[in-house]
Amino acid sequence: MNKAKVSNIVGKYTMILALVIVTLFFTWATDGKMLLPQNVNNLIAQNAYVFILATGMLLCILTGGNIDLSVGSIICFVGAIGGKFLVSNNMNPIPAILIMLVVGLVIGAWQGFWIAYVRIPPFIVTLAGMLIFRGLSNVILNGQTIAPMPDNYLALFNNYVPDIIGSGSFNLTCMLAGVLACIVYIFIQARSRTNKIKKGYETESLGGMIVKMTVICAVVLAMSIRLSQYKGIPNVLIWVAVVVVIYAYITSKTTIGRYFYAVGGNEKATKLSGINTNRVYFIAYANMGFLSAVAALVTIARLNSANPTAGNSYEMDAIGSCFIGGASAYGGIGTVPGVIVGATLMGVINLGMNIMGVDANYQKVVKGGVLLAAVIFDVVSKRKKS
Amino acid sequence: MAKILLEMENITKTFPGVKALDNVNLKVEEGEIHALVGENGAGKSTLMNVLSGIYPYGSYEGDIHYNGEKCKFKKIMDSEEKGIVIIHQELALIPYMTIGENMYLGNERGKKMAIDWNETYGKADEYLKVVGLQESSRTLIKDIGVGKQQLVEIAKALAKNAELLILDEPTASLNEAESKALLDLLLKFKKEGMTSIMISHKLNEISYVADKITILRDGSTIETLDKNTDEISEDRIIKGMVGRDLTDRFPKRKEVKIGEISLEVKDWNVYHPVYSERKMVDNVSFKVHKGEVVGISGLMGAGRTELAMSIFGKSYGTNISGQLIINGKEVHLHSVRDAINNKLAYVTEDRKGNGLILSNPIKVNTTLANMNAVSSRGIIDKDQEYHVAVEYKDKLNTKCPSVEQNVGNLSGGNQQKVLLAKWMFAKPDILILDEPTRGIDVGAKYEIYGIINQLVEEGKSVIMISSELPEILGMSDRIYIMNEGKMVGELNREEATQESIMSYILKSSVRRIEE
Repeated sequence: MNKAKVSNIVGKYTMILALVIVTLFFTWATDGKMLLPQNVNNLIAQNAYVFILATGMLLCILTGGNIDLSVGSIICFVGAIGGKFLVSNNMNPIPAILIMLVVGLVIGAWQGFWIAYVRIPPFIVTLAGMLIFRGLSNVILNGQTIAPMPDNYLALFNNYVPDIIGSGSFNLTCMLAGVLACIVYIFIQARSRTNKIKKGYETESLGGMIVKMTVICAVVLAMSIRLSQYKGIPNVLIWVAVVVVIYAYITSKTTIGRYFYAVGGNEKATKLSGINTNRVYFIAYANMGFLSAVAALVTIARLNSANPTAGNSYEMDAIGSCFIGGASAYGGIGTVPGVIVGATLMGVINLGMNIMGVDANYQKVVKGGVLLAAVIFDVVSKRKKS
Repeated sequence: MAKILLEMENITKTFPGVKALDNVNLKVEEGEIHALVGENGAGKSTLMNVLSGIYPYGSYEGDIHYNGEKCKFKKIMDSEEKGIVIIHQELALIPYMTIGENMYLGNERGKKMAIDWNETYGKADEYLKVVGLQESSRTLIKDIGVGKQQLVEIAKALAKNAELLILDEPTASLNEAESKALLDLLLKFKKEGMTSIMISHKLNEISYVADKITILRDGSTIETLDKNTDEISEDRIIKGMVGRDLTDRFPKRKEVKIGEISLEVKDWNVYHPVYSERKMVDNVSFKVHKGEVVGISGLMGAGRTELAMSIFGKSYGTNISGQLIINGKEVHLHSVRDAINNKLAYVTEDRKGNGLILSNPIKVNTTLANMNAVSSRGIIDKDQEYHVAVEYKDKLNTKCPSVEQNVGNLSGGNQQKVLLAKWMFAKPDILILDEPTRGIDVGAKYEIYGIINQLVEEGKSVIMISSELPEILGMSDRIYIMNEGKMVGELNREEATQESIMSYILKSSVRRIEE
């Protein structure tokens, strides 16, 4: 492999490398506590909302570096409504969840309308939303906390997928699921590669592909082992996985996904290609409202309460993950897998510092520094190329 | 003989791939009004940018002598210090600031940390009086018309103690009365000893004010005419502007039978999207047949792009009125989607700004206007997309390592081919090509002409907007000439010459002034 090739691969997988290095660092700094089964489980449970929000935020950012500041407040508001129905009205979880999702979607559509069709800058609309929905949450909750959530609701998020085949301390179902995921992944990759070769299309180098697949499978298997040693697959991981897979598919394989990139890349050219760019903006923000509601489901389950400060500054976690994960601050560039890597990196840093007992204020300093460094790196490396 | 104030000697300026100026010489005497004429792209603006330091010393060859001194301007500030002030065609005023603030922007009165507003507005008012503008200097720019804005620009130049005033098409957006007032103002300044260089297309204005005329063509000086010694006639100027040989730069087209009318536009009117009282397209009618290349010639700002974009699903302008008939049926195109569905395509003149997504690969750009053809139920068939991109890459001979390449990494000519591919893939019957060969090299131009021939051979209609006369003459079956928003002439291939087209343009401007 020549030098240019190496630097190309390093450039492409910088964030994955950074993630590996940061994980190793914290493993070392915490004497291996970082990778204890329970902590791996915590990494997922604590960051579920970030994964969900970051996928939605990516769509907003793709349209031109626009962000949605209101997501934390929407989570609080939707959570408050959910709490009212679930606890105060003893509603069954399923209709309550549906109501919450619809409320999120409606809020998203409300903001999307102003942004897309009246062309109010997203920053303003979502800043207003941030204030409005934080205030309304307090009104609904009367400034108090609703707790605890009903068990049948909590079970949907906080429980673990039952171990039907294994027994004892090692969760065999979880391990098998991990192995199965790897097999499916390898199969899909191999099939698409042979397909491409058969039709004479361009493919990435076999070596690079094998390295990539090995790393991903190793991570998945390692996580499965750790989770199996704990309580198995957390239900919330399923929620996250479903969201991530759907949105990864939408952004890479569908026409509407393509339009997000096109609008961010050059809105005028997109409009002159006969694409309704207003609708693209509308969908991005309506969808963000919807995913905020999904994150709200996860959040009230994890907190086991609906309270007036829930979701505070969650928007910053989501925005940070996107930029760390390689989304361009000018729009048009970014992928769901990249954003997931970014969110994981943030999560690892959080968890690692928590285990080390770093002061919360310094944690913020470190996270801010990482965000700035990631974007500076992105901008500078692009400038060098051109 | 009066003193030579400015002498530009053997100025040569090259841009990547193009020689914009080739040994240009310009001598300007103190106290004269010197006109600079030439086609678009002849190098007038480039020359003035060299003079004013926009292209810094060292980025061009040749010498500039001003007031007997050799000048090495590194930036605009350097030339302004000497009293050389340029007023660009596009007015550079900030709408939400007052006249006074604009006049002293970057040249503020008072101390660094404390602007003296009284002095600012006091002095501004004085200069406004000099240029004859009856407005308070505290009026916002957005509240005054374009004509008055032009006067503000001149007042701004005076406030910088201008000795040599350069005006780039100063009357382009002014009406008759405003133009006359502006020219009279220049004559008044001349009496007071001011020297001016004026770039203009309007021959009557030039003969009204200019003492000397320098003609540029294709980056070279053709000649300088002196009002006192030479006989200045329109024909002579036109010949100087366009008199180049037409070599065999166009591929032969097979005999194409010209069919029925495919698109007819009747009484088309379009107003400016922001300044809605400004009429950009004025009662235009034209038609194009199947298998025909129709050229629309004219100078920049003639309203051709505005006409094309307003037809293409109302992409430009407000208050659009008129009839649009495609294949004998009247249609109403309210969006670009409507236009595409009616088999219309518009290939923009601004491929980077309005045409391509530079950060995306060739294949994505190729299919963007016709995603339905490579997807089903909203899911993209990536194999097919790739296939399409490769097919068009081969068809148009686009030079690129692969269709996965980002469009931003391609040369201008290859970008233009990707843009054409995108619109050909949208399967239109009528293509409007706006400056299809702007900024690309000769070889790529030839290939694009070949593609245009192929399109009409397939029975499609092509409307080609171009500012390059040889291209218009070499490619078109019929030529419309547009000026100042109006269709001012129509010529057949046989009767069209560079001279005849240019005289249509220049005479229509004259007529307007005289009316």
